[in-house]
Parts: sequence; C-alpha cells; structure tokens
Amino acid sequence: MLKDITLGQYYPADSVVHKLDPRVKLLWTLVFIISLFVFDSVGSYLVASLVLFGLIRLSKVPFSFITKGLKPILVLMMITVAFNLFLTPGTVLVTVWKLKITEEGLKAAGHMAVRLIYLVMGSSIMTLTTTPTSLTDGMEKGLRFMRTFKVPVHEIAMMMSIALRFIPILMDETDKIMKAQKARCADFESGNIIQKAKSLVPILVPLFISAFRRANDLAMAMEARGYQGGEGRTRMYPLCYEKRDRMAYVVLALYVVVMFIAARFMTLKFLMGLVG
Amino acid sequence: MSIIKIKDMIYRYLKVDDEGNTQMEEPAVDGVDLEVQPGEFIAILGHNGSGKSTLAKHINAILTPTEGTVWVDGHDTKDVSKLWQIRKAAGMVFQNPDNQIIGTVVDEDVAFGPENMGMPTEKIRKRVEESLKAVEMWEYRSHSPNKLSGGQKQRVAIAGVIAMHPKCIVLDEPTAMLDPNGRHEVVETALKLNKEDGVTVLLITHYMEEVIHADRVFVMDQGKVVLQGTPREIFSQVETLRRLRLDVPQVTMLAYELKKRGIELPDGILSLEELRSELNKLAGGKRV
Amino acid sequence: MNLRIEHLEYTYGAGTVFEKNALKDVHLEIPEGQFVGVIGHTGSGKSTLMQHLNGLIRPTGGTIYADEEDIFREGSDMKKLRSRVGLVFQYPEHQLFEVSVLADVQFGPKNLGLSQEEMLERAVEALNMVGLDKSFYDKSPFELSGGQKRRVAIAGILAMKPEVLILDEPTAGLDPKGRDEILDLVAQLHEKQHMTILLVSHSMEDVANYVDRIIVMNKGRVMLDDEPARVFAHRKELEEVGLAAPQVTYVCQQLKEDGWDISDSVTTIAEAADEIARVLKTCSVE
Repeated sequence: MLKDITLGQYYPADSVVHKLDPRVKLLWTLVFIISLFVFDSVGSYLVASLVLFGLIRLSKVPFSFITKGLKPILVLMMITVAFNLFLTPGTVLVTVWKLKITEEGLKAAGHMAVRLIYLVMGSSIMTLTTTPTSLTDGMEKGLRFMRTFKVPVHEIAMMMSIALRFIPILMDETDKIMKAQKARCADFESGNIIQKAKSLVPILVPLFISAFRRANDLAMAMEARGYQGGEGRTRMYPLCYEKRDRMAYVVLALYVVVMFIAARFMTLKFLMGLVG
Repeated sequence: MSIIKIKDMIYRYLKVDDEGNTQMEEPAVDGVDLEVQPGEFIAILGHNGSGKSTLAKHINAILTPTEGTVWVDGHDTKDVSKLWQIRKAAGMVFQNPDNQIIGTVVDEDVAFGPENMGMPTEKIRKRVEESLKAVEMWEYRSHSPNKLSGGQKQRVAIAGVIAMHPKCIVLDEPTAMLDPNGRHEVVETALKLNKEDGVTVLLITHYMEEVIHADRVFVMDQGKVVLQGTPREIFSQVETLRRLRLDVPQVTMLAYELKKRGIELPDGILSLEELRSELNKLAGGKRV
Repeated sequence: MNLRIEHLEYTYGAGTVFEKNALKDVHLEIPEGQFVGVIGHTGSGKSTLMQHLNGLIRPTGGTIYADEEDIFREGSDMKKLRSRVGLVFQYPEHQLFEVSVLADVQFGPKNLGLSQEEMLERAVEALNMVGLDKSFYDKSPFELSGGQKRRVAIAGILAMKPEVLILDEPTAGLDPKGRDEILDLVAQLHEKQHMTILLVSHSMEDVANYVDRIIVMNKGRVMLDDEPARVFAHRKELEEVGLAAPQVTYVCQQLKEDGWDISDSVTTIAEAADEIARVLKTCSVE
C-alpha cells in the first residue's frame, strides 16, 4: 500500500513537459487547480479534460502511473462525494432509508469527484515529470520575493528536497521493520483502536531511531562537502526561461480565457442545443 | 610537503550524563603519529572501536583533536578560518551509501560539492562529467540513486567528492555495508583514482583483502597504531593479526599453515598466483 | 520440522511496469536438523525465498509444506508458524525498540500470549544462548555495541523457541571479530539445540566451515544444491554468476591443473594445508 503513493516519484522520459521550467509547471498546476474550482460548467470541465489528457499524452507518462496516485486518496474522495450526495438539499430523487439523494446533490457530488480526481491527476503530472530537486529549485527561485518577508526560502526548499529523497528510503525501511516485527509474531491487524495504536510502537521507535541516525549522517556528509547554506551557492542547472517556457505561459493564458468563455457560454443547454 | 600530518593526537569523546554533567571518556584515539605523502595509498585497518573512524573524521575537520595537532595540506585543523580550505583539500566518503547522497538524481548529487564552492555552471558540468566518468557511472547520470546497487551508490558518493578536486580522499569504511561485488567495485575505483589520477587515498576498513594494494598499512587497536608497514610486512605477522582478531586473507593463512607443517615458504604471501608459483617451485625442486 | 517447497513462484508487482520475477519454480526439501548455507548475490532471490518460509510473503504460485501441511492453507495459524520458523532479518538490531534488553527479548513470547513467568523464563534462556548474562538485562538495547545488539535481536527470535532458524546475512556490517562470534553462536545453536539452520550469506568462505549443504541461488532459481565440496567444484559456473569458491579451493584446483596429484574438493584452510603438505611430502620421498 505504501508503494502506491506516487508523490515524489519521478518518471524519467524525454518529453516537452519534462523539459519545461519547474516554475512554469508550478504555476500551471496552481492555475489548473484553481480553474477546476472557479469554473463549473459542463463546458469548462470538457476543456479541462481535453487539456489534462492532452498533457498526459505530451508527458509520455503511462496513464496507469497517473491513476495510481488516486488510490491513496480514494477513501477521502468517497467521503467527500458521500457528503455532497446526501447532504445537499433540493429536489429529492431517491430516498434510501433516512438518506435522501437530491438532484442537486447528485450534481454536486459529480462535480466534487471530477474536481478531486483532476486535482490529483494534475499535480501527479507535475511531480512525475519534474525531479524533486528541480521542483524545489523552482519553488526556491519562484518564491524568492518571500525572502524580503524573512521567509527562509532556501532552507525550506532544501528541507523539502531532502525529505523527498528520503521518503522512499524510509518507506522501504518501514516495510522491513514491519516484517521483522511480524516475524516476532507482532499483530498489526486485530484489536481496537487503542490496541492498534499501541502495536505501532515497535515500528515507530526503530523508524525514528533510524531517521535520526540518517539525519545525523547526512548532516555530516553535507558539511564534509562544504555546505554552508544558500549563500554563495551556484547551480549546475540554473533556471532560465527558454522559448518553450514562454510559449507555455502563453498557452496558460489562453487556457484561462477559454475556460472563462466555456464557463459562460458552453452550458449544458448550449451543448444540447448544438447536438439537437 | 606531506599532505596529512598527525602529531601526538589524542581524542576523547565527551559523555553527557542524565544530569547534564560532561565527562571525558577513555581516549578513542590515543597518541597517534602519522604522515601521508601526496600520491600515497594508505590503508588503516582495525576492528570496530579501534579508533580508526574517529581518526578519519579528524582529517576532514569534522572532529578536532583533544590533544596534539592535525595538519591537512599545511593547515592546522583547529584553525576555524581554514575550515574551508581543509574540506576542499580532503574529501570524505562515509560508510552508509544512502545517508550521504543528497541529490535525487545522480548528476545533481555529484554537483552538490562544486555548487557549494560557488563554481560557474559550465565548470560544474565539466567537473560532474569528468568525475562520473572516472568512477564509471556516467551512463547512470540521470538515474535516481535509490535504484542503484550499494556499490554503485558508493561510486556516486566518490564522484561527489572528487568533483571538488580534493588533494586527498578519505574513505571511512566505504565497503562495510556492501556485498562482495560492491566491495570490489569500490576498492577498484579507489585504486584507479590513486594510480591514474594521483589522488592521495586513505582507505579505512576492516577487510584485509582490501589493503593488499596499499603502499602502507597502519593497524589500529584501542586507539593506538600497533603495526605499520607495507602490506607484505603486515601480512607476515599472522600471529599478531590473529591476536588482534583481524582477518588474514585465506591464501596468506594457508601459507602460514603450510609453514607450520614444515614447508618452507617466504613470509607474507598475498596472492593466489604467488602461492601457486612458490608451491610449484617447491614441488619442482623436489622432483629434480 | 521438515520443510518442503514445491514449484514456488513469486512475482513482484504483477501487472505493473515494475513486474519482476523474484522466484521461479523453486523446489527444495530441508529435512530436520540440517545446517544449510544459502548463497547468492544481491537480487538473487535468496531473501525473498526465506521470507516465504515463515509466511511473510505469500507466493504467487506453488506450495510450501511444513511437516506435510501447506503453510498457506485456509485457517493456517501464522503466529504458530512464525514461532516455529524463526527468521532473523538482515541488520536485526534495527528492530529493537524496548527500554531494556530483557523487555525486548520478551516481545515475541508476549505476542504468543505466554504467561509472565514463561515470558521471563524464555527471555533468560534465549539471552543465555547468545551469551549475554544478567548484567545486560536492564540495559537499554541502544547503548550496546553493534555485535551485542545483534545478539539481543537474535535472542528475540530464539525466545519463541523456533525449530527452524533462518538468518539473513547475520554477519553483514560486522568486523571479523563480531562475524566469527555470530557464526560460532549459530554453529552452537545447531549443535546443542539441534535446530535446523538456514544461513543466508553472500560469502562462500563464511559458510564453508560450518554447513552440511549449500544452496546457490541465481536469478530466482536454485542453481546448485549439494554438499560444499561438490558445489565449489563448479568453479566456472560460480564465477559466471559473480560468486567465487573459497580461495583455498582455487589454490588446490589450480595446483591440480599444474599436474599435482591433489584433491580439488577441499573447502577449508586446514584441509588444504593437509592436502598440500601430504603431496609435497610424498614428492620428497620419491
């Protein structure tokens, strides 16, 4: 189960999306997500879908990889959808026991499901096509203006990239420790919540100890290689915009305009009219 | 001028008890004198707790001596203003390959040191390329370190160090967590750097077979250097090595056992080929 | 306990891009009381195989029988199986978590639902077996040396009184002294407690002195399975897969190629020394 989380799992491929400047991808993702929540008409979802699936094709990342990111949030999604489905007042369609499903609820639930799925897929495209390092680089450079407000941008970016590097390692380690405790007949499945929480101690203690040991080693290794914070550092791959990045910004602006128009005019009625 | 000079060095770890009182422990390194010339391949042997790793950490100024002095490239490691020059002169590779790779992609990790040095972009790329080629990991430059074998990770770590063009590299038990293939890769890489590029190497290990190609070997026990000399000189003292609970290569051990059985062989046989030809000489001599 | 493995298959991440056959058609029989070395380099499938034997991994094909009973049958008691087939992981000291050595060793017995007295009795007995005396009981496992931690971890498995003990590279990361101590300890467990032992290693030299039988794994298959001397006779095949026979075996094999009348199936230093000395002495008589 732990291995299903695609966050921070870079999928190497040679595509335009991979080559884009991380700042472009960050802004794209941000705008895309906002657009999902601001515009809600059939037309705008249609446009968003076209763009999303177009980007997936462009990125050359297998579709199964992107949907895998959905698994861990499945429960959360179901709860949200259920809330929308049963708790939206309006015209009652079906009554199951004490729960009423309304027309508005059905609509809201549908919207919510699409939004959440697209949100995860959209950000998965970003994380799968951007190495964590360049992602944090993008944040560091894109958010540099924050330094004027005394935000330690470099340190935060460094922390994030180290965290991303160690997530897979610590996950493997968790798996190993879990197995080792199971070999000592530990039981993680049965019992009530308190017992279950208690059964995690034999996993968490070794895991924390290992994480501290790694942190200590890493700090020493970084120091030995002359790390003294962000001051005076140069980069092997400095971020600079190229033609394709400027193009991507233009496309992004176009996307917003199209979404706006779609939300205004391409309503269900309009589309029905087109078909009819 | 020697690249590393250690004089009368003593190091004691500080122990802090539950009440917060500090207390000096027994010395981990106890009166070591050592000098390394540029271009040498030095091996430091000893089992866990012999003080060899503590000694290694002094060369990169991660630790500074409690008593005595350590000079690296002419700089006293106690001089804080020289820290930068010392770290640039002596690079360090550690035991656990996972815990010293900072980058999430191989080439980005190798670039970490040069980036810290503030090198221009073009020069960093050149250094990364040349270092990865030197450890034969260039074709893995865009891989994630997590997908590499232990030996490959260690080679990346070595590349990360040599990209800073140090005068000397200290490898602190780089093979302890590797399988035989990985161990072989790492030692071969260190040897190649030493022989072809003239990098001074200090290899700290507890595996005897890794020190055979060293110019000089220091054996440590309880914080002191108890034996020093060429590998041949060291390996001819089988009894002492065994007393120190160190491994003797099987071939050397076999030669020793044969001598005990009254067969005349020279001291300190290190390789299979040597033993084979010596034994054939004996057999031939007797047949005539 | 007799273990029998039939047609064992295991595939990682079936149906994904990471799909990988870790084990292919493995057949093995491990009779009670044997001391077996399992050799193979990283990725050969040896660790995966071992984790099947105590039910930590469910095979994608094939069957494992413990005393003629399928260990994955419906309603099989996994706790009981895991207490009978003890598995010591690589770097087992990474699983220690309790405040004292004694408490940590009792973790297994506690999970088996034993009484307080029994738990204590077993922990003391297990710590005895690994050579840790009373003075260690109340110490925190984290203040011990590497070799001592490893002993505590092994005691944690022994406290469940397993009939079969599997050790996955128990000497990894230890210095020669620590390594010899652990290997001697394992040999003792075999001799005195009559446990069936499966010792996983990537070093032929480590296991050659101890085991009755060597299983060589390569790419998920059993490549060789025989007594040590016979396995080492396959020098060329071993080299091809990145493994090597002990150096002394090489010496004798090469001397034989040079025309010596010498046995090429020696596996230990003492044997080799005796053989070479014998040949040289008969030479001088002639």
